[in-house]
Amino acid sequence: MTIPQVIFVVIAAVVLVSAVRVVASRNIVHAALWLILSLFGVAALFAVLEAGFMAVVQVVIYVGAIATLIIFAIMLTRREMREGGLQTHRWWPLPALLAMALFAGLAWLLGSLPGTGATPPALAGDDSVLLLGQALLSPEHYVLPFEVASVLLLAALVGAIVIAGDSRK
Amino acid sequence: MDNAWAVVGIFMIVAIVLPVAALIMARLLGPKKPSPIKQQTYECGVETVGESWVQFKAQYYVYALAFVVFEVEVVFLFPWARAYGQLPFFATLEGALFILILAVGLLYVWRKGALEWQ
Amino acid sequence: MVNLGDFFYTLGMWLQGLLMRAGLSESAARGVFSALVAALLPLLALLTAVPLIWLERKWIARLQDRMGPNRVGPFGLFQVFADMIKIFTKEDITPLGADRIVFALAPVLAVAGVVGLWAVIPFAANAFGVDLNVGVLYLVAVGTLSTLAIMLAGWSANNKYALLGAYRTVAQMISYEVPLVLSLLVPVLLSGSLGLNGIVAAQREVWFVFSAPLAALLFLISSQAEVSRAPFDLLEAESEIVAGFNIEYSGMKFGFFFVGEFLHSFTMGLLGATLFLGGWTGPGVDAYPALGAVYLILKGTFVYFIFVWARATFPRIRIDQMLDFNWKLLTPLGLFLIPLLAVVNRGLSESSLWLRNAALLGANVFLAALVLIILGTRGRSARMRAASAAGPAASRR
Repeated sequence: MTIPQVIFVVIAAVVLVSAVRVVASRNIVHAALWLILSLFGVAALFAVLEAGFMAVVQVVIYVGAIATLIIFAIMLTRREMREGGLQTHRWWPLPALLAMALFAGLAWLLGSLPGTGATPPALAGDDSVLLLGQALLSPEHYVLPFEVASVLLLAALVGAIVIAGDSRK
Repeated sequence: MDNAWAVVGIFMIVAIVLPVAALIMARLLGPKKPSPIKQQTYECGVETVGESWVQFKAQYYVYALAFVVFEVEVVFLFPWARAYGQLPFFATLEGALFILILAVGLLYVWRKGALEWQ
Repeated sequence: MVNLGDFFYTLGMWLQGLLMRAGLSESAARGVFSALVAALLPLLALLTAVPLIWLERKWIARLQDRMGPNRVGPFGLFQVFADMIKIFTKEDITPLGADRIVFALAPVLAVAGVVGLWAVIPFAANAFGVDLNVGVLYLVAVGTLSTLAIMLAGWSANNKYALLGAYRTVAQMISYEVPLVLSLLVPVLLSGSLGLNGIVAAQREVWFVFSAPLAALLFLISSQAEVSRAPFDLLEAESEIVAGFNIEYSGMKFGFFFVGEFLHSFTMGLLGATLFLGGWTGPGVDAYPALGAVYLILKGTFVYFIFVWARATFPRIRIDQMLDFNWKLLTPLGLFLIPLLAVVNRGLSESSLWLRNAALLGANVFLAALVLIILGTRGRSARMRAASAAGPAASRR
């Protein structure tokens, strides 16, 4: 195995173990912290794949904004942030089986796609952000989703304020 | 080692290991005399009363919400800022429109009084 | 032949030559050299804190008309070492009921969140840790570590005052991150590059502080609020809410928060110099590239002096004033500045350098004047309302 593959496996292991700890942790704040570790791991995977922009955006948005929001939401809604007791349900083997079936299905689906396993095209390297920008802004590419995204963000902001406002008054 | 991020990885690992090493060194160098008084929670010299839990104001959550929305917006703006110079002038206006839509959002939040610190 | 003017390049080449003679291929030698730089630069960053603390204490003291440390060593130069020895040898106390691992992790993350910024700062034309093509966003990403550290510190101490302080500090930090990131967009707009090396190179003729002084001001203000420095340090002032989120921290762990804050402020100074004051550019850098490092440090220290000056001069701002100031002034200002500058810059991209920069400066002045006028009228109407509420006799003044 080459060194990048070893690094990839290590980081992937960190991501998966953290993800399991998120759902299995008894203390909800610990679960949030494991989630943060998992998100950092994903950012590291992006970096290993030389997708620099995605790596930093992952950290900025997921860890910086969303994880903070999640922690605030936990603090807002929880009276008691101590031990939450056993987190597993009595029938837990059934959902586990379902999840594994889903995983197997997805793996088969992705494996049978024509592009899988083939040599990827050459990376854009330093120009990746430029290409992304051009793609986002050109009328023949993604400018409409770009503008719709801003409307979507506006809707999210307004909606959240309406909901939060009602519960305050 | 062609990947610039490998250097970043090493840098961050060192940036974490150095303080940890200093902490370990400090723990070894310092005295170790734990006593119940020292380990008590500090409350201006008075005994702790009640659970260690405070009312979390909903206002903090509103700030975090606004932060998420504007952070996502700015992340979209970085590729725009990089590429607008190489694109027709129309692209600049597209970005301006993007910002102005969200400025309207800020105005809404402002007028709704959601930005007041209670 | 040794060209001392290009010190860093020569040093790098010499080391790589050594490695290649030891049997490594050229790319491997380059790789090992980069790894070496990546390992030593954090150490350099942490060591900078030592003269920095002394410098700040002396400056603050002089601004407050007193001497500052002058007992330990000549001019008090060894004061910081004495403090460090004290902190190193203090007992490590973890409060009862605190989450030990997270409690110890928080100060480490606080330091990592500052030191990580040094990886992308270009000290000279070819002296930098790594030239990331997304350098500016990397700065924001590393900044999230600091915010995280404070949240963890407040929660893990099992102390309601620490938690309360942490909530408020994090609310302040995330609020001020919005204008900070908006101001970071401006050098990207003006230089067309997300990498710090590109931003510095684009300032060879005109520094961005002259093209966009409003953005520089925005950066100065929001970076200080982000770091919780005065006048925004309500949450950790010694006389306030019992020192805030780090109330249970003592010894080395507290030392890290303390050092982290000073270093963060200085690093913001270096970044301000890189983004707006032209970084390592200056007379003579083409002939002697190593001179760039001197220029950057001088400029960074100058910006840092402005921060210290502000700390000594302004009274503390209340948290509601702080958040109002952020969301109702700085953020809208940033949101309007960006498209204005983009339109001017793109519209005049064919014109000469001087015309474009003059137009950009004009746009800044225009926006600043607009803001001042709006503030003026609102202030006047607020005063008149207050005066008429006080009674007809008062409003006749």
